Amino acid sequence: MEAAPAILQMKGIAKRYPGVVALDGVDLEVRRGEVHILLGENGAGKSTLMKILAGAVRRDAGTIALDGRECDLATPRAAQAAGVSIIYQEFNLVPHLTVAENIFLGREPRGQVPGLISAARLRTDAARLLRELEVTINPGAVVADLGVAEQQMVEVAKALSVEAKILVLDEPTSALSDKEIAQLFKVIRALRGRGVALIYISHRMEELFQIGDRVTVMRDGRYIATRDIPQTTLPELVSLMVGRDLTEHFPKKAVPPGEELLRVEHLSRTGALHDISLTLRRGEVVGLAGLMGSGRTELARAIFGADPVTAGRVTVKGREVKVGSPRQAIGLGLGLLTEDRKRQGLVLCLDIRANTCLASVDRFSAAGVVDGRRETAAAQKLTADLRVKTPGLHQRVVNLSGGNQQKVVLAKWLCCEADILIFDEPTRGIDVGSKVEIYQLINRLAAEGKAILMISSELPEILGMSDRILVMNRGRIAGEFTAAEATQEKILHCALGAHAA
Amino acid sequence: MKLPPVIARHARQFGTFAVFVVLCAVISVLTPHFFTVTNLLNVAQQTVINALIAVGLTYVIISGGIDLSVGSILAFAGVVMAHALRLGWPVPLAILAGVGVGAGCGLVNGLLISYGRLPPFIATLGMMSVARGGALLATDGRPVSGFGESFRWLATGEIAGVPVPVLIMVLVYAAAHLVLQRTKFGRYTYAIGGNEEASLLSGVPVRLYKTGIYVVGGGLAALGAVLLTARLNSAQPIAGINYELDAIAATVIGGTSLMGGQGSVIGTLIGALIMGVLRNGLNLLGVSSFIQQVVIGVVIIAAVLLDTFFKQSKR
Repeated sequence: MEAAPAILQMKGIAKRYPGVVALDGVDLEVRRGEVHILLGENGAGKSTLMKILAGAVRRDAGTIALDGRECDLATPRAAQAAGVSIIYQEFNLVPHLTVAENIFLGREPRGQVPGLISAARLRTDAARLLRELEVTINPGAVVADLGVAEQQMVEVAKALSVEAKILVLDEPTSALSDKEIAQLFKVIRALRGRGVALIYISHRMEELFQIGDRVTVMRDGRYIATRDIPQTTLPELVSLMVGRDLTEHFPKKAVPPGEELLRVEHLSRTGALHDISLTLRRGEVVGLAGLMGSGRTELARAIFGADPVTAGRVTVKGREVKVGSPRQAIGLGLGLLTEDRKRQGLVLCLDIRANTCLASVDRFSAAGVVDGRRETAAAQKLTADLRVKTPGLHQRVVNLSGGNQQKVVLAKWLCCEADILIFDEPTRGIDVGSKVEIYQLINRLAAEGKAILMISSELPEILGMSDRILVMNRGRIAGEFTAAEATQEKILHCALGAHAA
Repeated sequence: MKLPPVIARHARQFGTFAVFVVLCAVISVLTPHFFTVTNLLNVAQQTVINALIAVGLTYVIISGGIDLSVGSILAFAGVVMAHALRLGWPVPLAILAGVGVGAGCGLVNGLLISYGRLPPFIATLGMMSVARGGALLATDGRPVSGFGESFRWLATGEIAGVPVPVLIMVLVYAAAHLVLQRTKFGRYTYAIGGNEEASLLSGVPVRLYKTGIYVVGGGLAALGAVLLTARLNSAQPIAGINYELDAIAATVIGGTSLMGGQGSVIGTLIGALIMGVLRNGLNLLGVSSFIQQVVIGVVIIAAVLLDTFFKQSKR
């Protein structure tokens, strides 16, 4: 294939934060009409690089050229005017405005009366953009009422409306179902056909080969290599990313299961959970598979006392209990690593120590006074144990990369010595290297006699890590498999089952 | 410039303190009357009430809330205590009654916010009116005056040359600082303000502690009422109007974020002192009180502008 001209050339980009070199002379070249994958572990500097491209972060050194002409991109506005659009993982939509209003936010078409917006043109322009994307979204619908995939399409339409020449997609599929991903890929290919350059960040390796043309690998804030996708392999990319060969992706070690720690019988919650029964034993990792919206998170929250249940019995360590609040659940030895670590797992503006000890303040305090030295010692030990990369315990967790943030959440539950752990998407948005570390940790916890319920949307993860696998479908347990008998096909069939029937 | 870690971590407090020092230096150059023991004690005396209200408000604001009712609570608690004194209650008991009324109003605020799920702005706006009305009803709109010497000692007395109110302020601040930094109550205050949902899912009894925080806020406003009543030898049902705004200003100048999760008691103390010194200095310089209003307003805005500016330049 003849190489198209480079539309974007970033050279020698450097950015330092106090105590951390985020980017150290990174190069990136992207061509017109290609899907360029940006690959790297969390903390490799991809996000910072993209924020510099978007004008949201100022670079310390380096040059950026668009279409061969050097430009500054000092502000988000300048970057947008230059044709750069970014769709972040967390969408930038105003929930209570309509689709059309969101697409043209800040650039509303003028009406005939000066100062007023032309509602009709707003609608027709939005409808035209959405039609081009071949999606069926009503331009008059309120964004808050849309699903994640539809909201993402609104973001794409918004980017198109400013005639983006370079479109950055940061982990666009992390919350999408397979069908929605297929739709997104269709749109991406169409955009590529129109000559748009797409920069695509994702941790799902299998996607790269489906959608990418070229890939640039970053590691520890440095540029490592660029490859044509057809000429590279998964193992090569993984070793470029981590700087070492990962021989074993899922280092599963089976542990003989011990006593039963958790028994859930006929648990129901109107509209969400129907007659759920399951057990968890010491040393067991039970995978909980299912589609998005099948009730996995709802089940986790119900067991943890975060949502009320309408019926059912829960037995913890042989004693029947009523779990009315997370506090009670924690007192019984439960821990819940939530799906959304920023919103539900961490207090971002507090430091590592405070977050690590948040669920166990009680055990570090006497008569209400917290023993800071014991806290520090515990946090120090866990941080070192989990290999959290940080300059110190006083680092605010908002400054950590996703993988390190997740380790802090884990540290929180290890700190309060929970032995029934519910992990909701423990590796979402986490790079390959940290993923393996988290898998190893899950194994270690199982070996230490903890019981683990692991919710995951990644089937290889479920298959690779679990002793038993439960599949949820529309709020029910639709099937149960042993590790030996489970296959991707069986699980999927089960997860989709009732839809086909 | 490389800062030592302790300073870097508390850069905001050191920054506020630097502003405070510069302000004092400038005023003492402009007028010789500023840097005298008498005047400085005077400043401290004038700062006490605002500082006491502001320390409670700092807790409330760090927890992600706001309390607009503290000025009214001050008036209500003051007149209740004054009545008790006039009825011949022993001084400690009367004070306890006043503080109890303040804490009680705070409790209602807290319950409405935690269990009634009202936004703090609305709940305390309502209480602001209710407590003011209570104060007016209790006194028929007239001041309650004339108390014994032992009560007035709280405002006029000295221990080792330090006025009692200043001593009380220092003690309250020391305690508030320790509670915020070293106790479960303090830790949870930060955590709730930083991320209420994550706190709840980490087993923090969010509603209990939120309620407690407003009780503290109301109680400290009532403590302000005790000192104000002793100083004026009179409890006014219209006392404390706009005091909540001064307290919010001191808290914000001191670097506490209205978004919650961040802030410090020491910062608030410096913030209150900056406001006190500013008013005092402008008075000494003969600047009209109209202009003083403008200056204070500018300082509040400048403090928050600088905060925002420094946060952005760190990106």
